[in-house]
Amino acid sequence: MTINKVTTHISPNEQLIFERSQKGRIGYRLPALDVDEAELNIPNEFLRDDDLEGMPEVSEVDVIRHFVRISTWNYSIDLGMYPLGSCTMKYNSRLNEKVARIAGFANLHPLTEEQDAQGALQVIYELQQHLAEITGLRGISLQPAAGAHGEMTGIMIIRAFLDARDGAAASHRRTMLIPDSAHGTNPASAHLSGFSVKTIRSTAEGLTDLDHLRELCAHGEVAGLMLTNPNTLGLFERNIKQICEIVHEAGGLVYMDGANMNALVGVARPGDMGVDVIHLNLHKTFSTPHGGGGPGSGPCCCTKEFEPYLPVPRVVKSSDSTYGLDYDQPKSIGRVKAFLGNYGMMLRALSYTLTHGNDGLREATEAAVLNARYVAAGLIDDYDKPFAGAPMHEVVFTDKRQTRKGVHTLDIAKRLIDYGFHPMTIYFPLIVQGAMLIEPTESVGRQELDQFIGAMKLIAVEAVENPELVLNAPHDTRVGRLDEAAAARKPILRWKER
Amino acid sequence: MANVPEDLHYSKDHEWVRVDGDQAIIGITDYAQNSLGDVVYVELPKAGEQFAANEPFGSVESVKAVSEVFTPIAGSVVKINEALADEPESVNSDPYGEGWMIRLKMSNPGEVDSLLTAAEYEDFTKAESE
Amino acid sequence: MEMLEAMGLGSAEELFDSIPEDLRLKRPLNTPAALSEIELLDRFEQMGARNAGARRISFMGGGAYAHYIPTIVDHILSRSEFFTAYTPYQPEISQGTLQVIFEFQTLVCQLTGMEVANASMYDGSTALAEAVLMAERVTKRSKVVASTATHPQYLEVVRTYVQHAGIHLETVEFDEKTGQSWQALAAAIDDQTAALVVQSPNFFGCIEDVAALADAAHSKGALLVVGITEAMSLGLLKSPGACGADIVVAEGQSFGVPLSFGGPYVGLFATREKYARQIPGRLVGETYDKKGRRGFVLTLATREQHIRREKATSNICTNEGLIALAATVYLETMGRRGIQETAHQCAQKAAYAARAIAKLSGYSLPFTAPYFNEFLVRGPGRAVDLLARLGKEKGIDGGIALSRFMSDRPNEFLVCVTETNSREQIDALVDGLRAL
Repeated sequence: MTINKVTTHISPNEQLIFERSQKGRIGYRLPALDVDEAELNIPNEFLRDDDLEGMPEVSEVDVIRHFVRISTWNYSIDLGMYPLGSCTMKYNSRLNEKVARIAGFANLHPLTEEQDAQGALQVIYELQQHLAEITGLRGISLQPAAGAHGEMTGIMIIRAFLDARDGAAASHRRTMLIPDSAHGTNPASAHLSGFSVKTIRSTAEGLTDLDHLRELCAHGEVAGLMLTNPNTLGLFERNIKQICEIVHEAGGLVYMDGANMNALVGVARPGDMGVDVIHLNLHKTFSTPHGGGGPGSGPCCCTKEFEPYLPVPRVVKSSDSTYGLDYDQPKSIGRVKAFLGNYGMMLRALSYTLTHGNDGLREATEAAVLNARYVAAGLIDDYDKPFAGAPMHEVVFTDKRQTRKGVHTLDIAKRLIDYGFHPMTIYFPLIVQGAMLIEPTESVGRQELDQFIGAMKLIAVEAVENPELVLNAPHDTRVGRLDEAAAARKPILRWKER
Repeated sequence: MANVPEDLHYSKDHEWVRVDGDQAIIGITDYAQNSLGDVVYVELPKAGEQFAANEPFGSVESVKAVSEVFTPIAGSVVKINEALADEPESVNSDPYGEGWMIRLKMSNPGEVDSLLTAAEYEDFTKAESE
Repeated sequence: MEMLEAMGLGSAEELFDSIPEDLRLKRPLNTPAALSEIELLDRFEQMGARNAGARRISFMGGGAYAHYIPTIVDHILSRSEFFTAYTPYQPEISQGTLQVIFEFQTLVCQLTGMEVANASMYDGSTALAEAVLMAERVTKRSKVVASTATHPQYLEVVRTYVQHAGIHLETVEFDEKTGQSWQALAAAIDDQTAALVVQSPNFFGCIEDVAALADAAHSKGALLVVGITEAMSLGLLKSPGACGADIVVAEGQSFGVPLSFGGPYVGLFATREKYARQIPGRLVGETYDKKGRRGFVLTLATREQHIRREKATSNICTNEGLIALAATVYLETMGRRGIQETAHQCAQKAAYAARAIAKLSGYSLPFTAPYFNEFLVRGPGRAVDLLARLGKEKGIDGGIALSRFMSDRPNEFLVCVTETNSREQIDALVDGLRAL
């Protein structure tokens, strides 16, 4: 298939770097080798003989222009709102970026001896303290590198605890209960710890069905429940204490997916709800940047009972106020990552926590919930809202009214792009047909919220009066809807020299 | 309106069965391929593998979903449709012809009689879509 | 306040009516009050200043490497459009991110000599663990053999990941004379083995015979998994792909990523095309829109957690996108010539340092195997004390004491030399060791 140019203008037509490459161009200069060159002790058959063929040869200007041009094809938080439910796309502070680049941290080798890294260890320790206070759970590990990683860690902790508590009998307790509305990482993480999954239903209200929970717990093989609170419909599980009691009485444990902490910080604490283990997403609630797909950081927090199982090493403070690494944890599930975790994200999260201060953290939560309510109220006349409960920091709508004219959630999302917004989360959670999950976060002002609501209202009108406009959206982007079926049938996953 | 050929047997999991002597050819129905969307990949078993009735023998992938495919009857795999590796879209364009998936030697030839007829399957899918 | 009224709410507290009263915090959080920018920066600068290790001349390797980072890498990373962007689920407005990942995948294939690479893993250690899980999926065998010359922390991570996966991890010992482990690994192969796992250059810096291992593994229908901690070695050494590896994983931190006390880093993961549907992590593929314009999309998503849930190839969702961008910018800036020249300088400088240290009385190089830029030194006394004195008295971090990982080797330490270590620095290290 011949490749058509986007327009004649250079910037939208920027090619792959390999297509820009010109033999002999270089983009770097190293100092000349300052030691006597000698024959290396490496046999020929171990040496590279392909001269790194195919790798690009470009100048520094080529590189800058290449990346700057393609960057202009991206939407980003700095450009505008991302109403992505479950992602908490809040402002990424530049101050946090400055902190992360301080040479005393940026240039520090991870295997530096403890006495020469006291400042670095202090950062970890202090963040641990603050997260313990915010969650109400005193056991913390910052080692996991992302939410899913933190989930895996938490579920492995539960497994280790049960194996220790029940001995051989634990092999009968291998079922993890997961709501039908859960994020896909939940069952995937449970599987990694050797658990099988049973699904719990939600009520018509959108909350965990307590009767179904009691029924499932009655079998005695329940290791635990994985739950998100507020749940993925944006609703607070008001029966959380009861839920925890039911599971505990059945001999199981409660894991909370902390993805929606942005509705709780400074207002309520998982530790007070009866939850045993949770994970946090620093790249959601604590504003560390999403970077197009990471890096993240997924601290795992737990009650005192589970502390012995946390990954090693633990960062501790001794009585003489020095910070250190404690490897002497015989019950630990082990290491989940080399070194201490995504340290750069810890710096940013600590900076975020100190910038907001305790008042500011609570105010951010209030604003996040208020903004979501405002959007919910603004759209209720135009879109079907499947659950009557007051949403917390995110709200879900469906495309029920629009599908009568043949317009679906996907089309609405694509048309929103023409209005200058990134689409909301679509088709999640799975229990809502044509779900549109909207989370504005606290980083949006009223004006922008009104613009978003206005755009959605216009699209609702277009869906009836001019559906073609919505069905063929987006119209104003550099490329239109892409053929994803072709990409999956005959995957082309790298550039190759022709 | 989905196509439901008269001469085939059907299951409630949306598979069809065509009897050919003591062998059976199995695929997914027009209704199923329509719900799935563009098929991008079909995972099939190896020749010789044995399956009980209602056991999954493979899966069908679209861009955003994966569905297991079940054999309505017991048997052992004689042949698989290798062409689907290069052209999975045949499942969409010709679900009862080029889109066939496996050929089984039936363990119990009488088993097909307990499956749905074309009329019964049509009623079943009508009820499902309501 | 206006908005609250518009909602019919009297106060912010009412926003939380659906949370039972007894669960609501009745006091402020016991965390510090807000700091201004000036105060905040001051606090962090002070904590940064207490990290003496960041200011010293360093010869530390052991899984994290100090290489030069060209100025433009951070500039490009700091563009709003890259670092404040989300995962590219809406391809029409994420073509920048998607094209970067496609280029990253290509570069990883070129360097490792493999056919398919993913959009990144958390780091080298978790990439190695996931490679082991993948080997079990592909071969349907449950025994995996690794050597004690693998980075000890990497082995720990693999153990954590396999403990409930029904995989039995066996380890074999490295050779005391050569420092290599490939012979022991090759000897351990049988028809129950899913994979042989080798790190090359290994934890001691020794280069392993990857081609011989590939033959051994394949002879029994097993896979060869190669792990690399010092990715710069790929600029000089034959690619694992060219040697016959089936899965190659690496820590990509050497490519334009600061040390940053251990993270964020980036895991590279590459394999053969025939295993593409078994690979964990995200994949970006090339395709077209209705008007024939080329674009990139996330593809083969049916492997992943959001679709396959508990049957997914991995639970990974967020990976290391921005760090993969850093590596991409670095690799494209340094390019075909720069990577080779950098690797060449690393090897030459390391050889120069090794020759000089070997000449010192009381010091020797215990292993005979060839090395890239890291090698083991045996000194006259306890390495921990020696290195502490070198650090305090000469302002040089001379290496990593092996006793921190292997208690039965008290006098040995790992020395790593990169293109950032000048001749003066290397001579100062040698003089410092001589004086102790």
